[in-house]
Amino acid sequence: MTRETVTVYVDGKPVSVGAGESAAAAALHAGLSYTRTSPVTDEKRAPYCMMGVCFECLMVIDGVPSRQACMVKVAAGMRIERQIGARELG
Amino acid sequence: MSTVCDLLVIGAGPAGMAAASTAARLGVSTLLVDEQAALGGQIYRNVESHSNDADGVSAADWQRGAALVREFRASGARHRAGTQVWQLDPAQEGACKIYVTDGTQADVIRARRVLLATGAMERPVPIPGWTLPGVMTVGAAQILYKTGKHVPQAGTWIAGSGPLLWLFAAQALEAGGKIEGILDTAPRSNFAHALRHSMAALRGRAYLERGLALQARVRRAGVPVIKDVAAIEAKGEDRLTTLRFRVGGRWRDVLASTLLLHHGVVPNVHATRSLRAQHRWDGPQRCFVPVVDAWGMTSAEAYAVAGDGAGIVGAEASALRGRLAALESARRLGVIDEQRRDTEAAPIRGDLARHMPVRAFLDQLFAPRASLLAPADEVLVCRCESITAGRIRDAVRLGCAGPNQMKAFTRCGMGPCQARMCGLAAAEIIAHERGVGMEEVGVFNVRPPLKPLSLQELAALPE
Amino acid sequence: MNETAEAVVIGGGVVGSAIAYGLARRGVKPLVLDEGDDAIRSSRVNFGLVWLLGKGDGMPAYGFWTRRSADLWPEFARELKDFTGVETHYVKSGGVSYCLGEAEYGTRTEIITRMREQAENDPYEARMIDRGELIDLMPRVKFGPEVLGASYGPHDGHVSPLNLLHALHAGMKRHGAAYRPLTPALEVRPLAAGGFEIRTPKGIIATPKVVLAAGHGINPLERQLGFDVEVLAERGQILVTERMAPIGLLPANGVRQTAEGTFLIGTTNEEVGYDTSTTPRAGAAMVRRAIRVIPALAHARIVRTWAGLRTLTKDECPVYEESSQYPGAFLATCHSGVTLAAIHASDLADAICEGRLGANIEPFHSRRLKDQ
Repeated sequence: MTRETVTVYVDGKPVSVGAGESAAAAALHAGLSYTRTSPVTDEKRAPYCMMGVCFECLMVIDGVPSRQACMVKVAAGMRIERQIGARELG
Repeated sequence: MSTVCDLLVIGAGPAGMAAASTAARLGVSTLLVDEQAALGGQIYRNVESHSNDADGVSAADWQRGAALVREFRASGARHRAGTQVWQLDPAQEGACKIYVTDGTQADVIRARRVLLATGAMERPVPIPGWTLPGVMTVGAAQILYKTGKHVPQAGTWIAGSGPLLWLFAAQALEAGGKIEGILDTAPRSNFAHALRHSMAALRGRAYLERGLALQARVRRAGVPVIKDVAAIEAKGEDRLTTLRFRVGGRWRDVLASTLLLHHGVVPNVHATRSLRAQHRWDGPQRCFVPVVDAWGMTSAEAYAVAGDGAGIVGAEASALRGRLAALESARRLGVIDEQRRDTEAAPIRGDLARHMPVRAFLDQLFAPRASLLAPADEVLVCRCESITAGRIRDAVRLGCAGPNQMKAFTRCGMGPCQARMCGLAAAEIIAHERGVGMEEVGVFNVRPPLKPLSLQELAALPE
Repeated sequence: MNETAEAVVIGGGVVGSAIAYGLARRGVKPLVLDEGDDAIRSSRVNFGLVWLLGKGDGMPAYGFWTRRSADLWPEFARELKDFTGVETHYVKSGGVSYCLGEAEYGTRTEIITRMREQAENDPYEARMIDRGELIDLMPRVKFGPEVLGASYGPHDGHVSPLNLLHALHAGMKRHGAAYRPLTPALEVRPLAAGGFEIRTPKGIIATPKVVLAAGHGINPLERQLGFDVEVLAERGQILVTERMAPIGLLPANGVRQTAEGTFLIGTTNEEVGYDTSTTPRAGAAMVRRAIRVIPALAHARIVRTWAGLRTLTKDECPVYEESSQYPGAFLATCHSGVTLAAIHASDLADAICEGRLGANIEPFHSRRLKDQ
C-alpha cells in the first residue's frame, strides 16, 4: 500500500502519519494517552470504535471543537488537539 | 441546490457498492453517498490501497472488495464521498427527501427510492473500565491496521468472541503484531448448541474451514487462548494498566496496556429506526433487525435495506442482498419488469443459498455470554452521559417500562453518540430487570440528526 | 385483578404526577394509571421554562394562578430535592424575550403594556429592557447586533422538565402512591351508589375519586364522566446541542442553556394533528433566529431534535373542574404543566383532596369556553 506521509500537529507536536489515516489514528500514533475528558465526569477518554459510532474521539481539529477525529482524514499541517471537558461557545 | 436521482444508495460497503452497480447497469439514475472518503465501507476499508496485498489471510477479501470497486467505477453510478446523511424523510408524492451535509453546509437530495446499506457495528458490551484509555474494540484496531498497517504492540490482550476476533488476531500476527493472550468469553455450552445447526453449516464449509484455519494460526504463533472466561474488568487510574478476568471461578490479574474487546456485530439500525420502519427482535443474533421482504423492502414506503443492516450475513452475502434489493428497486422504478427481475435474481439467489446456512451455526457458536449482558450496578453503560447500570435499574424500579421513559429519568442515551453505544445494552438491562422479552421493552426512539450537525450547517439549508 | 384505591389519577405525565404527588403528600394514597414507553408524552418533550409572560392574556385569573405557582416553585424544588434526592435544577433567574429590530421591540412593548393593564395587581411585573441592560444582566454573552433589547420577567425561571418528572415519580412513590405503567384506563364507569370503576387491560379498579389528567388521553374518556372539554394538539419542535461550558444565559422563549450545559432551541406552533416528526425547514428557521441572537451558537452542534404535542384548550388556559353529574370525578388539563407543577401539587391537590374546587379555581371551569 502507499506510504505517502503528511505532517500534522498533535497538541502542538509534529507527527508524520500516512496520508490515508484519520486524525484519531494520528493522535494515537503520537502517543496521546487520552484525547478528551468527559464533559460530565472529567474522566479521560480515548478513541474506542474508530468508525464514527462511539463519539469518544471528539477533538479540536484546526480550531473546530467536537469533531469526530476518527472520521476526519489527516491533511498536511492539520492541528489536532485534545478536547477538555465541555467546549466553550467561543 | 438540491440533487435529484432515482435511486439513492447510502453506504459504500459491499451491499451498497453491489446495489449501486447493479441498479446503474440497468439504467437507473443512481447516486451512492458515504461518510467515508473512500469506497469500501468497514470491511473493505481503504481497499484501493490494498490491491497489492496478494498473500495473507485476507487476500481473497481484498480481491473481492477490489472487484466490487471496479464494477462500481464502470457502472455509471455517481459517488459522493464524505457525505453524512442526517435525516431521512418518509416518501411523499413519490419522492424522498434525504438531508445530507459535507461538514460545511446542509443539502437535500431528492430520490424516488432509497436503499440503505449502512452495515453493522460491533455490539457494545459494557464491562468495568471499558471507558479507560487503552481499551478499544477489535474493529477499531483492525481499522488502524487497514488504514496504516499499525499492529498491536506488547501488552495487548484481546477479549470476547466472534469471527472478527480470530480474523484480526491472525491478521495482526501475520503482520508482525504482538498479542499477549486471547480471552474467549463464549460459554462452552455454545458449541453444543451450535452443533444442532452443523448439518446446514456443512453447506457453508468454506466459512468453517477458514475459521478453523485462523484459530490454528493464532495457536501456532504461541498466543495463549484462555477459554470460557466468565468476566473481564479493565483496571487503571487514567489508563489501562491491569486486566482482571475470571475463569473457572478464580480471578486472575495480568498487566495490560491495550485491551481489544469484541462481542460480535449487530446491524446498524439507526437509519431504519429513524424512519420508524418495523423492526423485530432476532433471538439468535440478539439484536433488532428491520423487517424486510425477500427483496429487502422495509415497511417504510420507498425504502429498502440490504447488507448487514438487514441482519448479519457477512460481506459476500451482503453484496448479493444488495443486488437483489437493487433489482426490486429498479422494478418498482419501472426500469425493468418482473420477469427480468426474476431472471437476473435467480443466480444471485443460488449464490446466496450457499452463504446463508452457516449463519445459524455461527450465531450459536459465538453467542454472547448472558452474564456479560447484565453488568453490575457500578458499570457505566452510557459512555456519553456516564450513566451506570444501577441508575438504569433504579429507573425501572420507579416504573419505567422501556428505554424512552428511562432516558428521560437518567439522561442515558442523550449524548452525542445518540444511544448507539448504550441502546442495546440498556434495553437488555431493562428486559432482565422487568423479566420480559426484548420485543416488549423496545428501544430508544431515534431522532434526527442522525449525526450531530452544527447550527450553521442547518441554517445554511436551502429554503 | 380487581382492586380498590382511595383515589385514581389517570395520567402519569407532569400534570397527573404533580397532582398524585400532592395527594400522596396529604396522606391520600392514589393509584396512578399510565400508558407505556411509547405514550405521546408532552412532559418528556418540554422546553423547561417556568414562565409567566403570555399566560392569562384575556384571563387574568390565569396570570395570578401562574404567579402563585412561580412563587411556590423555590420551596417546591427544595422539597423535591430533599425528599427524593432528585435535583430539578430549578432557578428563579428571571427570563427574557429577545427583540430583533425596532418592529419586534415595538410589538413587544405593546404586549407588555397591555398585560400590565389587564390585571388589577399586575402579576407579571414585566418590563422592557434595552440592549445595555441586557448586557448588564448577561455580561458574558455576546449578542448579535440586531438585538435591541428584550422584555424581562423577574418571576420567570427554568427547570429540567425531565428531572421534575423523575422527582415527582420518585416522590409520589415514596409518599405511598402506586404507579402502574402499561395500564391505560380503557373505560371509567360511574357507579349508581357513588364512586367509580375503572377498566384497564389488567383488571378493574374501584375508587371513590378519580382525576382525569391524561393530556390528549382525556378526549376518549371524559364523556363517560360528564365532561366536555376538547383537548387540542399543537406541535412544537425543539433542538438540543451538545454540552457546552455555561455562559450565564437567562432563559428565553427561543433559547436556554440547561444545567447540563446543552442549549435548547425552540419552538414552533403547528397544527398537524398527532404527528411528532420534525422538519428540517422549521429547524433551520429556529436556528437562524438563535444565531441572530447569539452568533457564536453557529458553531454549536445539534445532537437531537424532537417534536412534542402541546395539550391545549380552545383559549389555551387550563381547565380544572369537578363533574357536576358525577361528583368525585375531576378533570385537569393545561399546556404549562411544568410552570404549574408547584401549584398543582399544592392548591389543586388540596382542593381535590377536600373534594371542593374553591373560588380560586372556579374561573378555570370549562363553561367559559362555551360562552365564547
